[in-house]
Amino acid sequence: MNNILALAQKELRAYFVSPMAYALFGFFALLFGWFYVASMNVMLQFSMGQFGQGGPQVVNINEFMIRPLFGNTAVILLMMLPFLTARAYAEEKRSGTIELLLTSPISDVQIILGKFVAAMTLYGMMLGLTLIHVGILFWYGDPEWGPIVSGYLGLLLMGGSFISVGLAISSMTNNQMVAGLSTFAVLLLFWIINWVGDASGSTTQTVLSYLSILEHFDDFSKGVIDTSHVTYYVSFIALGLFLTAKSLDTARWNG
Amino acid sequence: MVEVEHVTKRYGSLTAVDDISFSVERGEILGFLGPNGAGKTTTMRILTGFLPATDGRARVAGFDVFERPMEAKRRTGYLPETPPLYPEMTVAEYLRFVARINGMPSRDRRTQIGLAMERTNISDMADRYCGKLSKGYRQRVGLAQAILHNPDVLILDEPTAGLDPRQIIETRRLITELAGDHTVILSTHILPEVSQTCQRVVIINRGRVVAVDTPDNLTARLQGSQTLYLQIDAQGADALATLEGVDGVACVTRADTQGEVSGYAIESNHGDDVRRELSRTVVTHGWGLLELRPQQMSLEDIFLQLTTDETAADEAHPVTVTPEPEADTGEEDGVDE
Repeated sequence: MNNILALAQKELRAYFVSPMAYALFGFFALLFGWFYVASMNVMLQFSMGQFGQGGPQVVNINEFMIRPLFGNTAVILLMMLPFLTARAYAEEKRSGTIELLLTSPISDVQIILGKFVAAMTLYGMMLGLTLIHVGILFWYGDPEWGPIVSGYLGLLLMGGSFISVGLAISSMTNNQMVAGLSTFAVLLLFWIINWVGDASGSTTQTVLSYLSILEHFDDFSKGVIDTSHVTYYVSFIALGLFLTAKSLDTARWNG
Repeated sequence: MVEVEHVTKRYGSLTAVDDISFSVERGEILGFLGPNGAGKTTTMRILTGFLPATDGRARVAGFDVFERPMEAKRRTGYLPETPPLYPEMTVAEYLRFVARINGMPSRDRRTQIGLAMERTNISDMADRYCGKLSKGYRQRVGLAQAILHNPDVLILDEPTAGLDPRQIIETRRLITELAGDHTVILSTHILPEVSQTCQRVVIINRGRVVAVDTPDNLTARLQGSQTLYLQIDAQGADALATLEGVDGVACVTRADTQGEVSGYAIESNHGDDVRRELSRTVVTHGWGLLELRPQQMSLEDIFLQLTTDETAADEAHPVTVTPEPEADTGEEDGVDE
């Protein structure tokens, strides 16, 4: 446990000493804010009756504002999280510090968990920034808190999956660019994997949409916490971390 | 303290380390000598648990590095070829991190870190960022990291590479000091380093142990056929043929010429002392005898002789795979051995 913490702290300080954390936070806040304003405009126009419903309407703030916002956040994460994890192993391998970690009395699992905890903490802080926006909604409106909590849980689980894929890919290369790009491509593939399903028969389609990483997020943003979706994300994270362990081991044998 | 038995490391069809065995006693300094790409780094990486061996056993402080890696790693301090520093940490923070992952109790950390910094002479660099240090300081921080947890065995991969002459002397002194209660294995391709610091030398070439001995014994052992250096003033006469005619002389080569004065390297047959005969010949011809001395074989010569002998043997058996070990591992640290 102490080793995991030591490593997580070391990772976090690397994020904050470099401009990495600030760039992530800054641009995430900017993009999230932009989507926030955009969906608020849509909601306002709708409530003013500008879509020809005849007069002002009572709109559900969860349905019109928060749900699309969570969906948009998922898109931002898909593009930003690969850069958060790209350096995790690639940099250690490039600079040779991996040799220090692998020759110290600390297990591979501890190294992997340390890095995962650090990335999740940073990601959690990133999400934490958006609580300000949600707070404003509570101040001026009356949203239901249930779907918000489940939405955040969904975001954490989905982000965790992105991070575990990112760690696995970072452990396979010593080039950060390659790691970031490959992670992005793999995540995008998991996103659109069910797009080809429709034409190719129902079983294939079921399987492919089950695999789709975004498909499982929908219910969370609606306020439903379905154990099957939780299971999906947790298994996804576990698989990513397992692949990281395997790839570290393989790299060892192949020198 | 360290036992290596028949360790082999293969990368696919490449054999980086081929059936290496040696052992190191407590408190001893063992020099690991070999040309670039001989398998020094690979052997050290196996000992530190960074790489698993394909075959064979290695024990550090009584613990098998494959079966009880944590126990072995806890008792090993390792300075890789490139000091493994995190550029974004200060020296003190870095050493604190290393202390933590080595499981050092927090109450000991401050004193141990202070001690390690003092010994490696980096105390005034404590608050500098590792990324901003010069090569010499990086090397010393790497060394501080290796000795920090007071390990039984220290494994140093080219500890003096990149240091200036004064730092090299300091580092060698430090290593000699450490040898008292630590066992040290250091690799180098700088020969004088071995004769100055090491009690025993393992010469390795193309993944195989070529010789294991003390530096002095190695020198003595290889003086089978003696070479003499003779400098004479032959006053224009052709001395070469005359010298070759002397009883017991196997081979004469002209080493240098300065006007009338020429120097010759004379190899005698094993066991024959030809010095008396040589001087008599020179004098009877009326030449000036300027210098006659046995040529000491330096460690350099021994090294060359051993490693080239090995090459010759390899060529005689074309089946042997030519190992190019570091071509494989090199891409990871970016630096070849």
